[in-house]
Amino acid sequence: MYLYDDLDRTLVTERAAEFRDQVARRLSGELTEDEFKPLRLMNGIYLQLHAYMLRIALPYGSLSSDQMRTLAHVARRYDRNYGHFTTRQNIQFNWIKLAELPDAMDDLARAGLHGMQTSGNCVRNITTDQWAGVAPDEIEDPRVWAEILRQHLTLHPEFSFLPRKFKIAVTAAAHDRAAIRVHDIGLRLHRNGAGEVGFEVVVGGGLGRTPFIGKTIKPFLPKRDVLSYVEAVLRTYNQFGRRDNIYKARIKILVHDLGAEAFAKEVDAEWQPIKDGPLALDPAVVAAVAGHFRYPSYEALSDNPPELAKARASDRRFATWFANSVTNHKAPGYAIVTLSLKPEGGPPGDATAEQMDAIADLADRYSFGEIRVGHEQNLVLPHVAQRDLLALWKALDALGLATPNVGLVSDIIACPGLDYCSLANTRSIPVAQELTRRFRDLDLAQSLGRLHINISGCINACGHHHVGHIGLLGVEKNGEEFFQVTIGGQADENAMLGTLIGPAVPYAQVADVVEDIVEAYLELRTRPDEIFLDTVKRVGIEPFRERVYATR
Amino acid sequence: MTSPLQQKLRITGPVVVTANRLGDGAVIYRTGGGQWSTRLEQAEVVTTAAAATTLLAGATADDINAVGAYVAPVRQHADGGLQPGNLREAIRHAGPTIALPGVI
Repeated sequence: MYLYDDLDRTLVTERAAEFRDQVARRLSGELTEDEFKPLRLMNGIYLQLHAYMLRIALPYGSLSSDQMRTLAHVARRYDRNYGHFTTRQNIQFNWIKLAELPDAMDDLARAGLHGMQTSGNCVRNITTDQWAGVAPDEIEDPRVWAEILRQHLTLHPEFSFLPRKFKIAVTAAAHDRAAIRVHDIGLRLHRNGAGEVGFEVVVGGGLGRTPFIGKTIKPFLPKRDVLSYVEAVLRTYNQFGRRDNIYKARIKILVHDLGAEAFAKEVDAEWQPIKDGPLALDPAVVAAVAGHFRYPSYEALSDNPPELAKARASDRRFATWFANSVTNHKAPGYAIVTLSLKPEGGPPGDATAEQMDAIADLADRYSFGEIRVGHEQNLVLPHVAQRDLLALWKALDALGLATPNVGLVSDIIACPGLDYCSLANTRSIPVAQELTRRFRDLDLAQSLGRLHINISGCINACGHHHVGHIGLLGVEKNGEEFFQVTIGGQADENAMLGTLIGPAVPYAQVADVVEDIVEAYLELRTRPDEIFLDTVKRVGIEPFRERVYATR
Repeated sequence: MTSPLQQKLRITGPVVVTANRLGDGAVIYRTGGGQWSTRLEQAEVVTTAAAATTLLAGATADDINAVGAYVAPVRQHADGGLQPGNLREAIRHAGPTIALPGVI
């Protein structure tokens, strides 16, 4: 966990006090809505279909058990007893009253939580690998760099009014779990030929109305230069990004229009004068930030202890969950555990206050008080001793948090859709719920292997449908809900956009269509371990198109 | 951003003016008496662009009680009963179409 210092605490507390004053002035009529709206958005407060929505940043998806208890408290005291974990490692509360928001903000601030920069045309919550710091395949902890960037870019005056919102993701692992190639800036820590560690800098990725995979403009950037280079990218974007058309304002459009090479030249021109200035990172500063991260004092344990082996051999349900939801850890004898927030029939990413409190207790008991949020809308206990896995599983199972479907067909990413969102055209959650029922048979789900379904209720693509193995995009036609279907997308180190397979299908047929696609895959794959994505790459979309539209 | 009052209204059937209540964001409808109600059946229904523009102007001027007023379609039954005119408005009126997870 990163431990806030006095400066961080003062910043968050003062911001909550400012917001209290702003709300009071709005409620008294001193501020008009036009004056107040930018202020509330700067604190993560949207007005949705039925109520205000509060979005809380969980920097790089990391939170303590006490912070989770605070979220449970906010859900219980100020909302309707649940919260929604998002694809951006945030949490949203859907029913907050404006008049009660200052009290909620104070309670959150006491736990070091806030909604700053979770909305508006600024640098949003910086995201990373939910397994950061514990994943065996990473070369170092990417959260240190996410934190350095967070500190520099929080309330940065020059970047508080960018042409449009700006999202940065960082990874340090060979397998990209942070989807860095579909972010405005993606940073990948890697080792060059000389054995030095630095960043690959990817810019101009993004989804939404005009999706692009990011382009690498700097294959290797020394670590000392990461702040100055990101500053140069932001300055270039701030200067040349379009402000005349909201649909063309993201950096991806600028990079596309200029071309990656020309954009890189502009960045370099900005960078050269500042690269050796105050933004050049002193190793002592990096060490100081790294020193604020507290790592557990792991016991000297061995992998696969006898009690674990015995439990796997004797309890099939436990063994299934273990195979699906437990991952290797850097430290011998420990494991990374993913908690599925995708139960059969449940809204993806939602957790009740009771679940949040219970997860906090389990984190204290089994994971050194630490919890992570992943962009797939699941939670993670990052430091679980393998000898404790059986006891943890029993507790999670009782809470409905042990569905062994992580990475499988029913582990669906979905935006809130028209059930909550004022931008949506169609509902997303009921589609996800129906699909989890259709694929409730875990033996079938296991046999299908890795298969990601992503659902967005509108073109803004909060459900990342472009990079779903199967992507569903809701569109409205003459007042009716329809869904466009893409296949073959992926968000990892081989990121690519899915291909549309044909005309949009009616809402009521979406689950049938997905079942048809899955049946076609089962017939087309050449061996059981050929995952859906590989089958699509091998045979193309045509066999799937034929299957879906032959009878429609 | 263009104010709703600067936009030319195209009315093809019965409409009401709706907004969100400032204090809690609840869905509200403009009534004939220049007040707001959470009950659609108390909304004033108009059928012409001129009447809708007037109704919207009054609603928009009430910046202290309501946020984001706009004109929304309704279906009016022979007995005078009202229903929201599209799915978005139906969900605003009746709430999410899914069971809420946190209900205890």
